[in-house]
Amino acid sequence: MTAFDFTAVVWVLSFLAGFLGALTGLGGGVVVVPALTLALGVNIKYVIGASLVSVIATSSGAAAAYVREGFSNIRIGMFLEIATTLGAILGAYLAGRVGTHALAIIFGLVLIQAAFQSFLGNKSSEQPAASDALASRLRLPSSYPVDGKREEYGVRNVPAGFGLMFGAGALSGLLGIGSGAVKVIAMDRVMRIPFKVSTTTSNFMIGVTAAASAGIYLSRGFIDPRVAMPVMLGVLAGALLGAKVLVRARVRTLRAVFAIVILALAIEMIVNGITGRV
Amino acid sequence: MDDRRLETVIGRLLQTGVLVSAATVLTGGVLYLVQSHSGRVDYRSFVPGGPSFRTLSGIVLSAAHLQSQGLIQLGLLLLIATPVARVALAVVGFALERDRLYTVVSLIVLLILAFSLIHAT
Repeated sequence: MTAFDFTAVVWVLSFLAGFLGALTGLGGGVVVVPALTLALGVNIKYVIGASLVSVIATSSGAAAAYVREGFSNIRIGMFLEIATTLGAILGAYLAGRVGTHALAIIFGLVLIQAAFQSFLGNKSSEQPAASDALASRLRLPSSYPVDGKREEYGVRNVPAGFGLMFGAGALSGLLGIGSGAVKVIAMDRVMRIPFKVSTTTSNFMIGVTAAASAGIYLSRGFIDPRVAMPVMLGVLAGALLGAKVLVRARVRTLRAVFAIVILALAIEMIVNGITGRV
Repeated sequence: MDDRRLETVIGRLLQTGVLVSAATVLTGGVLYLVQSHSGRVDYRSFVPGGPSFRTLSGIVLSAAHLQSQGLIQLGLLLLIATPVARVALAVVGFALERDRLYTVVSLIVLLILAFSLIHAT
């Protein structure tokens, strides 16, 4: 393949990945990694390096829009980033030690989880919970806009959420993804933070988490300019378009179809990892 | 300075960082394609590139010589720096709000990021 053909094909695949990632809320990383490793046979270490930088781009690019809406909670984000950045350093360190085949298998398992979450859809958490003592002492509770008024919400189970965030950071550093799905579970399900606040704060945190492992990726040579360039530009353009379309699109059917595609990719990643073809 | 204003300033900083970085990567990318569009590429096996793509000084040097791949890496470095700048701005913002707890929290995150980046490169 010539450099021009490779760049063009990778850009198109990354654009689609960014677009679908934004529409389904899964993020571009979980789509772009299997697409490039399976379709083009690019070594998974180059792909996760490129994916990680595109994750920073989409997270930061979308942040301004989210901030305007007034959902994200900067204190919750900043506090939990202590856990995600430490996890990300551990994950990036492990990514250098773990072999290519094992990375493919772990990635496949994470994809299966993503497929299920996408298929079931994200149910908003029930009634806002009352804060517990630790959350109040950390001043995490706040308010968010509901039907034009600002509604108060509480925060619970800070240690469990913090621990899960460490895991989310480790996955992000190990696989070059944003692991927004795990971050949302930690905030929405465990800490009982309203769903809208959880997703926007998660997006805010993804860039900082990824930056913690980016230096390690760079020094290990995971970030190759010839691969990262079309991936970053493609995913970013696709994600920006996806975010625009999202406002008008009906995503339920799309999510279900997408879940099946992700599941197929997951199985192929795992099989290829076991037989040593990835 | 209150939380909403701080978040707005941070949001704008992030957007600008991404824009500048994407423009730099695009410039390097166009240059790369003009120079070596018909060269054969194969990324099946993982071979880490030289120091000019892996270290801070190497990247800055090769970008200063307007080498296409050095420019791309410089753009990606700017991108990585964007969230770091975001955390640094939060430290200043919380300090201006006289919020001691969250000044310390953001400072811890900043130190973790700095440790990771300095340790690696």
